[in-house]
Amino acid sequence: MNILEVKNLTKKFGGLMATRDVSMNVEKNSITAVIGPNGAGKTTFFNMITAVYRPTSGDILLNGKSLVGLKPHQVCHFGISRTFQNIRLFNEQTVIENVLVGMHQRLKGHWIGTLLHFPEVTREEEAAKVEAYKILQYVGLEEFVNESAGNLPYGAQRRLEIGRAIAAKPKILLLDEPAAGMNPKETRQLTDLIHDMRHRLDVTIILIEHDMKLVMKISDYLYVLDHGELIAEGKPDEIRNNQRVIEAYLGKEATQRG
Amino acid sequence: MSQIIQLLPQVLVDGLTLGFVYAVVAIGYTMVYGILELINFAHGDIFMTGSFVGAGVLFTVMSMGFMSSAPTMVLFMIMILVAALITGVMGVGIERVAYRPLRKRNAPKLIALITSIGISFILEDAVRFIADWTTGNYIITTRPLFQHKFTIDFHSVFPFFNNATFQGSFLVVSIVTIIMLISLDLFVSKTKWGIAMRAVAQDRETASLMSINVNRVISVTFFIGSALGGATGVLFLIQYGTVDPYIGFILGIKAFTAAVLGGIGNIRGAMFGGILLGLLEMFAAANLSTITHGAMGSEYKDVFAFIILILVLIFKPEGLFGKATIEKV
Repeated sequence: MNILEVKNLTKKFGGLMATRDVSMNVEKNSITAVIGPNGAGKTTFFNMITAVYRPTSGDILLNGKSLVGLKPHQVCHFGISRTFQNIRLFNEQTVIENVLVGMHQRLKGHWIGTLLHFPEVTREEEAAKVEAYKILQYVGLEEFVNESAGNLPYGAQRRLEIGRAIAAKPKILLLDEPAAGMNPKETRQLTDLIHDMRHRLDVTIILIEHDMKLVMKISDYLYVLDHGELIAEGKPDEIRNNQRVIEAYLGKEATQRG
Repeated sequence: MSQIIQLLPQVLVDGLTLGFVYAVVAIGYTMVYGILELINFAHGDIFMTGSFVGAGVLFTVMSMGFMSSAPTMVLFMIMILVAALITGVMGVGIERVAYRPLRKRNAPKLIALITSIGISFILEDAVRFIADWTTGNYIITTRPLFQHKFTIDFHSVFPFFNNATFQGSFLVVSIVTIIMLISLDLFVSKTKWGIAMRAVAQDRETASLMSINVNRVISVTFFIGSALGGATGVLFLIQYGTVDPYIGFILGIKAFTAAVLGGIGNIRGAMFGGILLGLLEMFAAANLSTITHGAMGSEYKDVFAFIILILVLIFKPEGLFGKATIEKV
């Protein structure tokens, strides 16, 4: 069953075609990778799914319902949550507060009730803190609970972004270069985390990643973008040997000489 | 010198009263600035409107025979609540009508600033018109509500101090403002809405990608800031007895100053800045003529307070509690 269907998605910035006619079908509970050289339009693609950009044309369907025209917080509410290529934590807030931000929409407390300290709102807030702590344990950050997010080491910041994203209980989790800047040990831990999330949280994962070893190891299915166009799709083995993909990454000349 | 010391207890009492008022109004400036980087000059006039709404409630209740014997405390609570509710809704309405459309069109921040000055004039004239129309005078004086006088006997404990006297209204103003300050601080630092507010203040786009309805958070911010401002208007009325449509201007400027003094965008900073400014101002009012041997009277108190402000900002431009911004290259 396809949880996400993307149909002929096109985005123009003035004269520049950032993505052109990109279509995808993402199966529920799969791990799907979107790869391609720098500037291929991968992040633009994520930005359209999460409603940061409105597509110039095309449609995005989550469980058959169109997401085009919604606001970012509504898309998140419908079940798509994400991390960012260049980490975008709330640096001045503590680690646990960052996770609580991710839970915002799920907590029912109306602001008037919050302001007047209604007991059921207070209870909900307490329960939320317990849950946020569990999420921090899950991504391995419980030692940093009350640290400012901006003071965390780099790898921990990446994990906190994942923690904040899963706090929203998403159906689809978008990871934008989760392994960027990580050392081999951290990358291994991340691989395990991604595998575990798929089973334990029953979530569909779509990731953008440059680390080919990681991508080939964990993905069920891959889409390859180049200059905004989809040039290949398939299982890891099919992509590994695809001539157009090799050309896109290494350049035509290199492949001919080789 | 001894004269200055003798007067200190009275300066403390008067300075705190004024300082609490500045502190709560300063919070309204600092909250809106923190979240929108907008100096909402209309906020001082929200405060002024609150004081007139309070006076209106008082007159209305007095004219209803059966209520005129109601206990003062009940009357006071009704005034505060009605004023807070009306000014809170007004704040949200102003944001909707005037600031949100500008934000949608990505207008430069200067445009929003000018808009807020325009709204400030509109409020002043609207209140003046309504007050003049209903009472025949736009300067309103109410009967004092809490006029019981207290004296704290500093002199018998510390012989170098004079006694401090104050009205019951001082206690009321202090207690109500302290309750407001503490509950706001809890709201912002502990609850999901406070966390959301701070998240929006740091990075609006990321906050919205993390499921926060940014416009709603901004509305809540305006409601709370304006309601606090309006309630403080009532406290001002109770303490000083007379209000006119132009009190919001100078008091707003000073509250804004207090917010800058504490580090704009920082709520605890605004509280501290407000109290400090109130104390400085009252200290200057009591002692300037002694210090300068009569060359300057108490009417120069504002100059004194602002010189302190300038000195602080020369050495700590981010304000006392602000974080130094580091230029990113």
